Amino acid sequence: MIKNAYTREKLAFSILFLSTLVVVLPVILILIYIIYQGWHAISWDFLTQMPKRGMREGGIFPAIVGTLWLVLGTLIFALPLGVLSAIYLSEYAKDNFLTRAVKLAIINLAGVPSVVYGLFGLGIFVIFLKFGASILAGSLTLAIMVLPIIITTTREALDSVPQSFRQVSLSLGVSKWETIRRVVLPHALPGILTGMILAVSRAAGETAPILFTVAAFYLPRLPKSIFDQAMALPYHLYVISTQVPNIKLEIRYGTALVLLMIVLSLNLVAILVRAQFRKKRKW
Amino acid sequence: MQKNFNGKLVKEWVIERCIYLSGIASIIFVGLIFIFLAKEGFSLFKTVSVSDFLLGQKWYPISTPAQFGILPLIVGSLYVTLGATIIAVPIGIASAVYIAEVAPVKTREILKSGIEVLAAIPSVVLGFIGMMTLVPWVKNTFHLPTGLTAFSGALMLAFMAMPTIVSIAEDALNAVPKRYKEAALALGATRWQAIWRVIFPAASSGILAAVMLGIGRVIGETMAVMMITGNAARIPNSLFEPVRTLTATVAAEMGETVRGSDHYFALFAIGIVLFIITFFINLIADLAVHRKLK
Repeated sequence: MIKNAYTREKLAFSILFLSTLVVVLPVILILIYIIYQGWHAISWDFLTQMPKRGMREGGIFPAIVGTLWLVLGTLIFALPLGVLSAIYLSEYAKDNFLTRAVKLAIINLAGVPSVVYGLFGLGIFVIFLKFGASILAGSLTLAIMVLPIIITTTREALDSVPQSFRQVSLSLGVSKWETIRRVVLPHALPGILTGMILAVSRAAGETAPILFTVAAFYLPRLPKSIFDQAMALPYHLYVISTQVPNIKLEIRYGTALVLLMIVLSLNLVAILVRAQFRKKRKW
Repeated sequence: MQKNFNGKLVKEWVIERCIYLSGIASIIFVGLIFIFLAKEGFSLFKTVSVSDFLLGQKWYPISTPAQFGILPLIVGSLYVTLGATIIAVPIGIASAVYIAEVAPVKTREILKSGIEVLAAIPSVVLGFIGMMTLVPWVKNTFHLPTGLTAFSGALMLAFMAMPTIVSIAEDALNAVPKRYKEAALALGATRWQAIWRVIFPAASSGILAAVMLGIGRVIGETMAVMMITGNAARIPNSLFEPVRTLTATVAAEMGETVRGSDHYFALFAIGIVLFIITFFINLIADLAVHRKLK
């Protein structure tokens, strides 16, 4: 009987282990495959040249620049809003209906399909506010999309600062906001940084929200202002792999590799910041 | 001195108002999203009835007269979502159990980073890789005229739903008090018995939330699904035929519509449908989580 139970345990654990392999192994294979296929294409020229001959030759420079602009714009809007929102939830909000509604709204923002963000951005920023298809409209759309990421990670960071820190500061007669600014925020900074990096990585990789709000199919020049259209790496990859025939595989894999490397290196930085933070934390 | 103190109070008052406003910003944004989808989307129903829209079997947006029945798109989304859910839920939950309860600490960290990497890969990159590897594989293995099928989409989406399902289910398992497990082990249960009979039932609401959010992720996924399901807007007879999902329709067609045309309104109306579906999925997931806390 007992032997039977242990056999069953072995069997169950093997199945669990295999399931995990089925999830994780393809991730490793995909990474290796893209690196193997794409690294031939990567060169200084590929990264710094304009695309030529309908994207069949040349580089991906404007797409890289466009993505940088978008990411920067996203951060400018999303970071202050997200951090303040997290401060509200973790320091000010009472346990009432409004707070519950705010939390539900955040979960919902996180769950809205990315293409619906695209529609929303088109409706409000491009048409209603008359920004046109522009870096500004795209950044605002992406900013609302990454807001839940920033709020959630910042909240975790704020909540992990011990309550006693706040009590000591308040008992010395420091006001609530000063306490938050001088005591709570500095200790939560690495956590906020992690959230910020994850938001950037998400914004850099998304395609659907920028389809109708900013992305230019083929625009071999750099954007001049935030009211300009721009190319962006994820959309560029979509275009050259489905919309334009006869593009060398090398260029497609190279673009995929550059996008993947940008996103993954950002995530790696986030993981390192978080690990360092956990190691240093003394409470 | 007095003036300085007042200035500080004013500044603080302003900042706290800003914090309050930012706090409720999320509610405002959810409201705005719905309003702007509705503003454009409801215009369609002046010319097309709601039932013709939802149950119409023909999506011919650019023929004359145009037909805006989204049933084929709903069925397309349903096929892909059901397929992905059937694959992803058992495997995802099993991985979560392995990572949370069975794996040694070092292995656990490696596996978790693997899952995080998967979550980080942009969907357009996965769609591209799917086109290059999965689609030809499906075509050759099942001897199909094309590998761009609902099945390919379901496989890819199952894979893409894993990070959501695994990480949330893992959190739910970790949230089960250690003493439950210790009590079970002390009574002579094997580790597997403790997991299966004690920890798993205790985490069931959280796991339900993980499944719901995974399904939400699958329904909303756009780029990868558009690149590998073939985009044929008709009701499929099997998983091995091309389909077109709700999300892919919006993404593929919005670029070609005329602003203010019925086609344009219809795509926004699809947006409303997607918004409502994901809203309820998230609501159920949230209710499941809160039931657990009680």
